[in-house]
Amino acid sequence: MMKKTFKLIDLDCANCAAKMENAIKKIDGVADASVSFMTQKMTVEADDARFDDIMKQIVKACKKVEPDCQIVL
Amino acid sequence: MTRKQKKMLWRILISFLLFIAAVLLPTVWLSGPIPLLSAVQDRNGCGAYALARWPLFLIPYLVIGWDVLWKAIRNILNGQVFDENFLMSVATIGALLIGEYPEAVAVMLFYQVGELFQNVAVSRSRQSISALMDIRPDYANVERDGQLVQVDPEEVAVGDVIVIKAGERVPLDGTVLEGTSALDTAALTGESLPRDVEAGDEVISGCVNLSGLLHVRVSKPFGQSTVARILDLVENSSEKKAQAEHFITKFARYYTPAVVFAALALAAVPSLMTGQWGVWVPRALNFLVVSCPCALVISIPLSFFGGIGGASKQGILVKGSNYLEALAQAGIVVFDKTGTLTQGRFSVAAVCPEGMEEGELLELAALAEQFSSHPISRSIVSAWGGVPDQSRAAEVEEIAGHGVRAAIDGRKVLAGNRKLMDREGISVTSGRDCPGTIIHVAVDGRYAGYLAVADQPKETSALALRELKAAGVRRTVMLTGDSQGTAQAVAEGLGLDQFCAQLLPADKVERVEALLEEKRPREKLVFVGDGINDAPVLSRADIGVAMGALGSDAAIEAADIVLMDDDLRKLPVAVRIARKTLAIVRQNVVLALGVKLLVLILSAVGLADMWAAVFADVGVSVLAILNASRMLKAG
Repeated sequence: MMKKTFKLIDLDCANCAAKMENAIKKIDGVADASVSFMTQKMTVEADDARFDDIMKQIVKACKKVEPDCQIVL
Repeated sequence: MTRKQKKMLWRILISFLLFIAAVLLPTVWLSGPIPLLSAVQDRNGCGAYALARWPLFLIPYLVIGWDVLWKAIRNILNGQVFDENFLMSVATIGALLIGEYPEAVAVMLFYQVGELFQNVAVSRSRQSISALMDIRPDYANVERDGQLVQVDPEEVAVGDVIVIKAGERVPLDGTVLEGTSALDTAALTGESLPRDVEAGDEVISGCVNLSGLLHVRVSKPFGQSTVARILDLVENSSEKKAQAEHFITKFARYYTPAVVFAALALAAVPSLMTGQWGVWVPRALNFLVVSCPCALVISIPLSFFGGIGGASKQGILVKGSNYLEALAQAGIVVFDKTGTLTQGRFSVAAVCPEGMEEGELLELAALAEQFSSHPISRSIVSAWGGVPDQSRAAEVEEIAGHGVRAAIDGRKVLAGNRKLMDREGISVTSGRDCPGTIIHVAVDGRYAGYLAVADQPKETSALALRELKAAGVRRTVMLTGDSQGTAQAVAEGLGLDQFCAQLLPADKVERVEALLEEKRPREKLVFVGDGINDAPVLSRADIGVAMGALGSDAAIEAADIVLMDDDLRKLPVAVRIARKTLAIVRQNVVLALGVKLLVLILSAVGLADMWAAVFADVGVSVLAILNASRMLKAG
């Protein structure tokens, strides 16, 4: 398990943050995730070996919810 | 304002002017019919072709709303139906279709103004919170080749010597090699009194050097320095969400679809029955506007964030919104005695001589005890305050478990416990029921009085306990490994409700578990310790509070809430901040839900127009944000 924090750019609405968090949590291999609207940060705890792969899915999921928001990898 | 926000402001202004122009523009007469753009109107009693009103309003509408429409389309393609862009689009397009042109533009305009305001308010409060926590040092001065150069604190290795000038922030933890100065620790502890440091003292990163030049040997890499750890902790605090936050995001997930379906039903069912589509469709459109959950979703994390920020300004680190929420329900507060309620070191509490002066008794005892490294002996020497003089003491003999025998200035002095006196056949005439540890002194075979040595309560403990009660804490309990008598004296002196003495470390966990059973529903148990040896208890309690944690890694690790300095008065402050935060959260939930519900009902019966609906959405968000930002001034 690995825990990483990412900065988010242009996360403009609090509800989107909640939706993103939900979407990320549903991804296979993600143990826990938290998207903070206030700090504009995302923390992901996921399988170490597949982390890069999982991150790709996370980016994709976030694009769906809030296309304007960028994840700084 | 950011560039994006400025751009939005311009769009709002342009759209607003176009909107006003569209409202005020006199009828434009056309010479002939143009498909879709013309309408037949009455001119001087006969029909003529005029420019229809909708193109005039469509321009400001598109200027202000194109991005909302675009996002709505994009999100639907992505399978996100119930988002606010979609709802606003449907509501305003609906209004356009039924001929309420000014309303459609105004609603979109108002919505964008509200969004902009929200955006600015949130980024303002985000900034002011980061300003509160702006303790990150920018650079460190390192001497290289005889020159002082500024480097990134992360590049400085353990063992390097850094130079801190007056007015600069201490970039890394370390030990002072050279120089004296006063340090301002306010950013870390909230304590305004500067701390004096000299060679040999530890300095902590994040403090500001007020006066002198300091040379400091770095003891920890930047990543493990106090400042980095604190920042890390505060930045991650929003990860642990409060129940209120979970509730509201969950609520939002059901609320929006529910209101949208209600809107559909409201548009269709009565209209099919009565045929009055013109009455029911506008009402349903109001529903769509009200269905946005943003006011709720935004204001609650903002309140918690503000509360955590306000607390850290006071030197109270809260590791998550959930702990702040729990602290607001604190009912039982359990204290460790040593180091928490008391100073954690022995000092002479009383000097009771018999047949001599207080000073003389103290001096004799101190000179006799000067060779011992026992904390009690040390406290007697420091209470005496003189310079230990070995030449005045002779034939010093330590009797294990009893005390010390010595010849001071030629007089035979005995200093020790009762057993020593009994052994030497000296009758003890006083000091039987005194709390603390008693050191009896006999001179030349005659009883000379006693010294009472105790771990004294901190000056602020009693006040802090009173303030806790005033802040709504029901019960205070003290746990200690000390004897019954000592514990009782401290507990009574400080006004604690209950105390448990002679506990082994493992017993403390048991006691806390027993107390957890006794708490009332919706009440939380707080354990306060100094972080030394009480990690199991800290984690067993609902909320573990470690105090005096500046520099203590273990405490920062184990506790949920960390008081940065030794002052117990920070605890009632923390409880008050928590209560205030929760009060604001409740106000916002009631305000947002109440107004939305009211407008929904009024819309359903036709008493609220779209203006009211927009107020219920963005107006309430703005009010909730303003309310939440009160937390930034918490104290």
